Amino acid sequence: MSHRVPEDAARRSRRHLDAQAIDKLTAHRGKATWGEKLVPLDEFRDAALQYGRSLDEAERKGAVSRYLSTASDGIEVEGPYQRIAVFGGIYNNSYGLEAVLEDAQRRGAEAVYCLGDFGGFGPNPEKIWPLLEQGEIGCIQGNYEQSLSSGAVDCNCGYADPRDNHFAAISYRYTAKNASEAFKRWMGGHPLRRRVRVGEKELLLVHGSPRRINEFLFASQTPTAYLEVLLDQEGADAVLCTHTGLQWHRRLPSGRDVVNVGVIGRPANDGQTHVWYSMLHAGSEGDLQVELLPLPYDHESLAADMRREDLPEEFVQTILTGWWTTCLEILPARERAASRF
Amino acid sequence: MSLLTPAVDRPSRTRRAVPRVELRSLDTLWFQVAGTVCNLACSHCFISCSPTNRTHEFLSLETVKQHLDEATRLGVKEYYFTGGEPFLHPDMEAILEATLEVGPATVLTNGLLLDPQRCARLAAMAERSEYSFDLRLSMDGYDAATNDPIRGTGTFERIMEGARNAHAAGVNPVLTVTEVHSENSTPAGRDRFFDLLRELGIEHPRLKILPVFQLGAQAERRGAYESWQRLAAGDVDDGSWEHLQCSSCRMVTDQGVWVCPILVNEPEGRMGETLADTLDSFPLGHPACWTCHVHGVSCKT
Repeated sequence: MSHRVPEDAARRSRRHLDAQAIDKLTAHRGKATWGEKLVPLDEFRDAALQYGRSLDEAERKGAVSRYLSTASDGIEVEGPYQRIAVFGGIYNNSYGLEAVLEDAQRRGAEAVYCLGDFGGFGPNPEKIWPLLEQGEIGCIQGNYEQSLSSGAVDCNCGYADPRDNHFAAISYRYTAKNASEAFKRWMGGHPLRRRVRVGEKELLLVHGSPRRINEFLFASQTPTAYLEVLLDQEGADAVLCTHTGLQWHRRLPSGRDVVNVGVIGRPANDGQTHVWYSMLHAGSEGDLQVELLPLPYDHESLAADMRREDLPEEFVQTILTGWWTTCLEILPARERAASRF
Repeated sequence: MSLLTPAVDRPSRTRRAVPRVELRSLDTLWFQVAGTVCNLACSHCFISCSPTNRTHEFLSLETVKQHLDEATRLGVKEYYFTGGEPFLHPDMEAILEATLEVGPATVLTNGLLLDPQRCARLAAMAERSEYSFDLRLSMDGYDAATNDPIRGTGTFERIMEGARNAHAAGVNPVLTVTEVHSENSTPAGRDRFFDLLRELGIEHPRLKILPVFQLGAQAERRGAYESWQRLAAGDVDDGSWEHLQCSSCRMVTDQGVWVCPILVNEPEGRMGETLADTLDSFPLGHPACWTCHVHGVSCKT
């Protein structure tokens, strides 16, 4: 007579599941997954070795040097100057633009440059046009100018998160609707890059990066080795860019400089209401001197105008508090951690 | 007038030429640092990772350093680590330390090994670096009932524990969710993931949504690609493949350098031994390339 106790159904099914799970966890012993097939490990590895190239040392050197080479942009170099002021991201902020032109003149800038993104975020896009023309500002196109002048459906800012794109779309629609066709055509007439001599140094001015108009160069996401490669490729002593809204300067081990010149359209997400621009001047020993300059302006009038235009209150709060409330998801971990919102 | 409906009566694409994607610039370098070895065996894993899957083995610290050297000479901008589960690798923190000296680094993890001590060490490492450090934490449903059938019994609670530990140490993880449940990517679904993170005290919840690829375990679960799911010449104007990550990335495994993170279990995804071997264009002949094109996928954050 058997003394075996009958198993209850739940226990039987649990044991069954466990066996299934164990099968799943051990299915790959000695096997490789080739797509959805299981094949002996060596079969996959031998097949993989049939693909791809195995160049010799000389060929590898050749491949790398072809990859790193770039055709000269052939742009005429402006200058030479001893001292220039450079800013980006006006974002329709005519008050900031008036302030930077006055401050740059007071500090003795011989020439003033704007690295693009005239529109977005702020109110009344048309107001900055006469200031840019009368101030004889050397402009280049940002993604905004490229999009507005070509009638594109969006700003091509380069955001990836829907939360960022939501507010970017509001900004773009407002600017596209309120800027005249003549102004948009004028925007599209500016070059995509400029070269300017300051003292002995040749500076390359771009919007995002020398590679892409909407590339974000945040300090914590931009390796020094990458910047050295860029400067080698461009044959420049310095690169000046904007696009991110956050200013920084790095002197590279090679002695060359990269400056994100900042934006004058909104504050730098640091709880301060001022905005930032950059002054570059020739040092006494042939070096390049870089100053990142905080710039107070009439931010309360700007906020009042934004409310009159029914722009989102989130934008107004950024102007009044110095903290970004939108387009935050594009920030790298370091810059995101320093944000209030 | 044609009576064909393009979406239904597709002409056979098998005989049309395969388009090629040029490497525009090598911005993103991936490391299959834990190979295909994982402490989970998720039912939607496109490379079928599991505790016994050694299709790709761990990468040694030495191999990672060699590729970092080559990458810095080529001007790579950012580094990503995946597996398998990267924190199974005994040298993972040394690998990250070496990487953060030259650029920003992101680890894709299932969160099971994110204990408080490890999170504190990672936070300290991030603090020492000039560059950003990010954790991407995988989850597939906003509760155990929806997550655990995909990732394994009890994993929902353990992922939440990992997120809690990371947050407590000062690291804000990017929750990475696939569309294995279609509602995950809806506005309501996204809100539920944000709420989960807020419940942990994370004020700035971060979320990345990815489509599923009909490969590996997911192909067993839901079927492989159909024959029409292939890219063909003319699908996009020549040279307009910039939205594809393979125009700016490569993937290092212990078997060589592959075109991207998705195709590592496809022999034809292998492009060479060193990065210099892989600076050429790549044929977009695999059905997964179709997913990337149609969904505009980028595996990076």
